[in-house]
Amino acid sequence: MSTVAQTNAIDAVFARLKESGETALIPFLTMGDPDLETSVALVQAAEQAGAHMIELGVPYSDPLADGPVIQRASERALRNRVSLLDCIEVASKARSRGVRMPFILFTYFNPALQLGLDRFFGLLKEHGFSGVIIPDLPMEEDGETREIAGKAGIHLIPLVAPTSEARVERIASRASGFVYCVSSLGVTGVRTSFHEGIEEFLATVRKAARVPICVGFGISSREQAEKFAGSCDGVIVGSAIVRKIEETLPLLSSAEQDRMDEGIAAVRSFIAELKPRVRG
Amino acid sequence: MIQVPDQHGRFGPFGGKYVPETLMNALIELEEAYNRYKDDPDFVAEVRYLLAQYSGRPTPLYYAERLTRHAGGAKIYLKREDLNHTGAHKINNTIGQAVLAKRMGKKKVIAETGAGQHGVASATVAALMGLECKVFMGEEDTKRQQLNVFRMKLLGAEVIPVMSGTRTLKDACNETLRYWVSNVNDTYYILGSATGPHPYPMMVRDFQRVIGLETRDQILEAEGRLPDAVVAAVGGGSNAIGMFHPFVGDEGVRLIGVEAAGRGIDTEEHAATMTKGRPGVFQGSMSYVLQDEGGQVLPAHSISAGLDYPGIGPEHSYLKDVKRAEYVPITDAEALEALKLLSRTEGIIPALESAHAVAQALKTAKAMKPDEILVINLSGRGDKDVESIMKYEAEGGAHA
Repeated sequence: MSTVAQTNAIDAVFARLKESGETALIPFLTMGDPDLETSVALVQAAEQAGAHMIELGVPYSDPLADGPVIQRASERALRNRVSLLDCIEVASKARSRGVRMPFILFTYFNPALQLGLDRFFGLLKEHGFSGVIIPDLPMEEDGETREIAGKAGIHLIPLVAPTSEARVERIASRASGFVYCVSSLGVTGVRTSFHEGIEEFLATVRKAARVPICVGFGISSREQAEKFAGSCDGVIVGSAIVRKIEETLPLLSSAEQDRMDEGIAAVRSFIAELKPRVRG
Repeated sequence: MIQVPDQHGRFGPFGGKYVPETLMNALIELEEAYNRYKDDPDFVAEVRYLLAQYSGRPTPLYYAERLTRHAGGAKIYLKREDLNHTGAHKINNTIGQAVLAKRMGKKKVIAETGAGQHGVASATVAALMGLECKVFMGEEDTKRQQLNVFRMKLLGAEVIPVMSGTRTLKDACNETLRYWVSNVNDTYYILGSATGPHPYPMMVRDFQRVIGLETRDQILEAEGRLPDAVVAAVGGGSNAIGMFHPFVGDEGVRLIGVEAAGRGIDTEEHAATMTKGRPGVFQGSMSYVLQDEGGQVLPAHSISAGLDYPGIGPEHSYLKDVKRAEYVPITDAEALEALKLLSRTEGIIPALESAHAVAQALKTAKAMKPDEILVINLSGRGDKDVESIMKYEAEGGAHA
């Protein structure tokens, strides 16, 4: 296993949070929803709201792992012909506006494959990404991608599901960055109940993993985030935020700066509300 | 020719399992169950019994004398898959998978459908075996194929119109996979084409191989030799792979897959995946895909709902790249013309899907000698399409 010369920013954040006893808040945003300029502003707002790192979601025509909320966001972004390259560039634009948290790109495999994996990881590095999540690339298929990601110093963050069973050990033990634990069966989206035996599942992952573990899929409130805070190192919130953005579209798409600012502020307070309190 | 797929479900560079982690164990469980039962004498006997006594196999291999005369070249035979119970080859696969689902102890089955043929074939076997059945169908297709929607309901299945994306087969597949992710513990997914993640392309091929195996025996009996060419329509490619596979080792047999060129391959409205697509990952496997520069999957178009799909099974991509099979496009108009011709010359109304194969076969046969033999896989009957053809004609061919 190749070791990365520089410390990856994701590792640094988790090390810091461990000291302070905090659980990482990791929002997900669909890039280009409603437009790329607003995405940059929303990334900034997420950091101001207390996010520790962020997933930048690439819109895709066939988002198999996603529920209706993120599907609709993807469709809106694709209507504006938002490309993988556009999404990658959001990171450096946000960086130039002072955003400091680590960036993780969330993309289905085909857009990356079509760009060429070498070029893809080269661009991620160039634009300041620390990690990548590819939901339709299970470990059986990730050999070449893992190798190139490793060379570029980008964490290829794997998913594990409650149905992974015997695979948990293998996935978690070779994970880099963190392990993304899928909280329930199904696609992304807001839900009120999680997989039975979720605590046991997280304990199994924890035992096998040498890196932090985070929980995602369906978390939509601070109560839910706090419920998981004790048994993981971070919570990922996607659909709930994307739905909030959808509800705020009239403001976010407004040509008037005041209304636009009001929209950004609304999303910012929503994200701030999600943040789990420091473990006592 | 090497044995494909390998243990990772690879046909050369194509195939594999590109799905969310949540489904991986379900696919592994399916693969293990299939490997356990596929050569089990009781399993094989049950599938054979149902193919014969329930679906009516073997289907005839019919010498189409008047069509042959019209084409003016090779002798044309029709493999009459349209005479299967439910009117298409799709039931070969649903019988096999439903028997497997039962062996695996699953009580619920789900299926995607385009034209509705696979949905009907799934609803049929679900009724036969007392399984609860949900069929996902693009909303656009539910309009094009109202009769099949009603048939499925009569058979006790629930039809779920899919409102996302293009509202056709592609998105019906997405939605079925999403539903499966959420209900993977008690639900069996009867995938209808030789597409998707491993083991489906292999398993569906194996269940459809009966088409080619019978054809081989029948043509040897009728002509004492193998055909010179075999022609089949390809959407996802299940009827074609079932017909081709038993002939892959016979170099003298040309294998011709016919894809839908819609309004023409130089327009944006076609489903010519092999002609205009390039390799990519789509719905669980690596294969040729219709996609834009950035890797977004493009909407397909065909007058035939069953061919209206921007992907193709990975084994076809492999056969194309190793140059064992050739893939050619046929337009909506050519298919319609062929449908009418076959109806008038032979009294057989083919499905619009199969009409694409007929159209290409006429071109190919014309260029062949009278002592040569061509077999068309007539994958389905056209009753389901009569209404949409009427509409197409009424609108002057402007809309499918």
